[in-house]
Amino acid sequence: MTTKATFRIWRGTKEGGEFQDFPTEVTEGMVVLDAVHKVQAEQAGDLACRWNCKAGKCGSCSAEVNGMPKLMCMTRLSDLDLSKPVTIEPVQTFPVIRDLVTDVSWNYEVKKRIKPFKPRKPDFEDGTWRMHQEDVDRVQEYRKCIECYLCQDVCHVLRDHKKHDEFIGPRFFTYVAALEMHPLDTEDRVEELREANGIGYCNITKCCTVVCPEHIKITDNAIIPLKERVVDRFFDPVKILFRKLFGK
Amino acid sequence: MSDYQTHEHDVLVIGAGGAGLRAAIEAAKDGQSVGLVCKSLLGKAHTVMAEGGMAAAMANVDDRDGWETHFADTMRGGQYVNNWRMAELHAQEAPARVRELEAWGAVFDRTKDGRILQRNFGGHRYPRLAHVGDRTGLEMIRTLQDHGIPQGIDVYMEHTVVDLLKDGDRVSGAFGYDREKGRFRVFKAKAIVLATGGIGRAYKVTSNSWEYTGDGHALAYDAGAELTDMAYVQFHPTGMVWPPSVAGILVTEGVRGEGGILKNNEGRRFMFDDVPDLYKHQTASDPEEGWRYVTGDKSACRPPELLTRDHVARCIVREVKEGRGSPHGGVFLDIAWIREKLSDSEAHIKKKLPSMYHQFKELAGIDITKEPMEVGPTVHYVMGGIFVDGDSQMSTVPGLFAAGECAAGLHGANRLGGNSLSDLVVFGKRAGEYAAKYARENGDVRVDEAEVEAAAAAALAPFDRDGESPYAVQGDLKEMMQELVGIVRRQDELEQAVERLQELKVRAAKTKCDVNREYNPGWHTALDLKNLLVVSEAIARSAEVRKESRGGHFRDDYPAKDEKFGKVRHVITKGADGSMQLEERALPAIPEPLKKIIEENQKA
Repeated sequence: MTTKATFRIWRGTKEGGEFQDFPTEVTEGMVVLDAVHKVQAEQAGDLACRWNCKAGKCGSCSAEVNGMPKLMCMTRLSDLDLSKPVTIEPVQTFPVIRDLVTDVSWNYEVKKRIKPFKPRKPDFEDGTWRMHQEDVDRVQEYRKCIECYLCQDVCHVLRDHKKHDEFIGPRFFTYVAALEMHPLDTEDRVEELREANGIGYCNITKCCTVVCPEHIKITDNAIIPLKERVVDRFFDPVKILFRKLFGK
Repeated sequence: MSDYQTHEHDVLVIGAGGAGLRAAIEAAKDGQSVGLVCKSLLGKAHTVMAEGGMAAAMANVDDRDGWETHFADTMRGGQYVNNWRMAELHAQEAPARVRELEAWGAVFDRTKDGRILQRNFGGHRYPRLAHVGDRTGLEMIRTLQDHGIPQGIDVYMEHTVVDLLKDGDRVSGAFGYDREKGRFRVFKAKAIVLATGGIGRAYKVTSNSWEYTGDGHALAYDAGAELTDMAYVQFHPTGMVWPPSVAGILVTEGVRGEGGILKNNEGRRFMFDDVPDLYKHQTASDPEEGWRYVTGDKSACRPPELLTRDHVARCIVREVKEGRGSPHGGVFLDIAWIREKLSDSEAHIKKKLPSMYHQFKELAGIDITKEPMEVGPTVHYVMGGIFVDGDSQMSTVPGLFAAGECAAGLHGANRLGGNSLSDLVVFGKRAGEYAAKYARENGDVRVDEAEVEAAAAAALAPFDRDGESPYAVQGDLKEMMQELVGIVRRQDELEQAVERLQELKVRAAKTKCDVNREYNPGWHTALDLKNLLVVSEAIARSAEVRKESRGGHFRDDYPAKDEKFGKVRHVITKGADGSMQLEERALPAIPEPLKKIIEENQKA
């Protein structure tokens, strides 16, 4: 069963570009990424897009479909209104390289600035530790992240206010949370959270949670607990008094 | 003169999945300057797709386990044509590699007493797979990436290597381009580790991503290295068949482990119709006994759906060929039926198979707690690859190493589930260690300008040609391999495949693409074709001479195992005239102590 649909795909480079319409035959069960591949094979051999696993596990094919940040491989055409052109454009938070491919290198740079995992000494002489499942459940939730950066794309602090120099974005708060709440970790990242990471900019609008394809509760389970740690450390009046009295 | 930039490293690693990252970490630890080149963004490699876990005889769940049993299981699974030294090292070193991942931040699921939990899997005698739900591969790649980057590894993301360079017999570097701008790059290196994964894109229905174009296999072959065992390709019996967009995506063995049954369009549970004699005494005699087995009754035998992957896959093919398939060319895999046995079957399925529930719900619109799935075989893994020394992972070309799926040996004729993730870290580490040692102990290399010029000219050729689209040739190649060199093979079809490959080579050499070097997938596809054609030909030729059936290689015209072929491997090399050469070599004898371990485990 085939029907016609039109894909309005943004094509261009950082110098500029425009939407181009590609009328395409589509079949039952197709996802947006299939349509892009079909356009590539039949009409625009050099249409640039990233993809890998095609199963929502690698986080490569992020784009904005009808204005919504989505993994193209997990967006079924049957969930879209095909009577109108389907717009596909690159994520907006990062500079475009070509067509649907953007320069996400900023994310890799940000990660390098976060203090890496530093475990406590092993619990046993054979170099092993003991951890209980209930103590790692939360950390495992953060570690489901596939680094698709859709949360970075939708976050207004980055998208609209361009605070890339002062704010690490939801992805890396989730990353810091995974490290801070790792039962074995001994590093302290609270001061950076407040200063270099700019956690105060987040005003918990929860857009990141809405777009997360892994259904991680980024705001509730990662950002808010980290904000609480910052508040405890720096804004607790009893602790401030204690520090003043004892110079600690 | 072409325009290119040169990067110099002691050790260059090509591929950044589990094996490549682990190799890079080890070489960097040695103090060597390390470059890591990958076709995608870092952290997106195919390793992320691994679900089940990594096999390691840690004996956390069953203290009867040990490296000897793991070794014997691996050899049995591989039908005893494995590189025994690799199987031995793998079984001995896997536990340390798992613990090391934990020390680097990986968070595995836990036992009740707080240790790393291990699960059961096909072919493993004891619960042996360390895992994180059904996303173990993601955990591994993220852990290695986050541990490795602070070690000072230089990563070249979205760079593709198209040729290896040589200084005399030794490798001296690699030539490639950056995908973003199409600029040429020369990576000068004293030692190179190939960790490029598999070959699945040579087939139409595969669980593999676009990156799996056999790059490492073809680069090594062109550089003069030996490929071996290329006939052994693993077809996983249960991949999705519908919708077309997701055809080939894996449906985990766990569905059958939880009681899922295979049925044809007549509603018949056809796996009961064909149980090999060898397994008859270990297989349930009726559905009732099968159900008792999957619900933990240790006196019951396993249902026939849990026979070996190769056998189940062939039974599915038979049903489809004989007209008893499902509407989209597969068979039915039904887990919903367990509602006859369990009052809370819906909740039970969702709890035990969360990602399968979501995969079918989101991609196929099917609720597996209520309806059967449609499944069929999918190309999953290549056991064959670059021939390496078991200890050092060095290929037959000095300074050129290989690890992970692109290297051959560990898995023999058939890989056990769970042995690939452990393979990556055990042999990734070894390759990195020995590549660093090689770089330290051998002097500097020279890069031959003429070689670079030739590689650059070849890379630019598709812009000046006037043939067809590379997508068309790739599509035809995949169809042909699927049809003629697929899961069930025959002499006349394999001969036909070799002939067809010659025609495809001619067509590939004429493909053209849009004149644009910036992130141009048409150009990239045109260049990848060369590698796909090398591996396809190696598979077809190796399959043609192996006139027996063993593991992943099944011949309709020689359906039995032949002892004579159990003693040899088939080696593929590039001849002086550029044509592919095939040679039969004797497998080395398994040393007595290891033989004894195998025998003891067979008895038990």
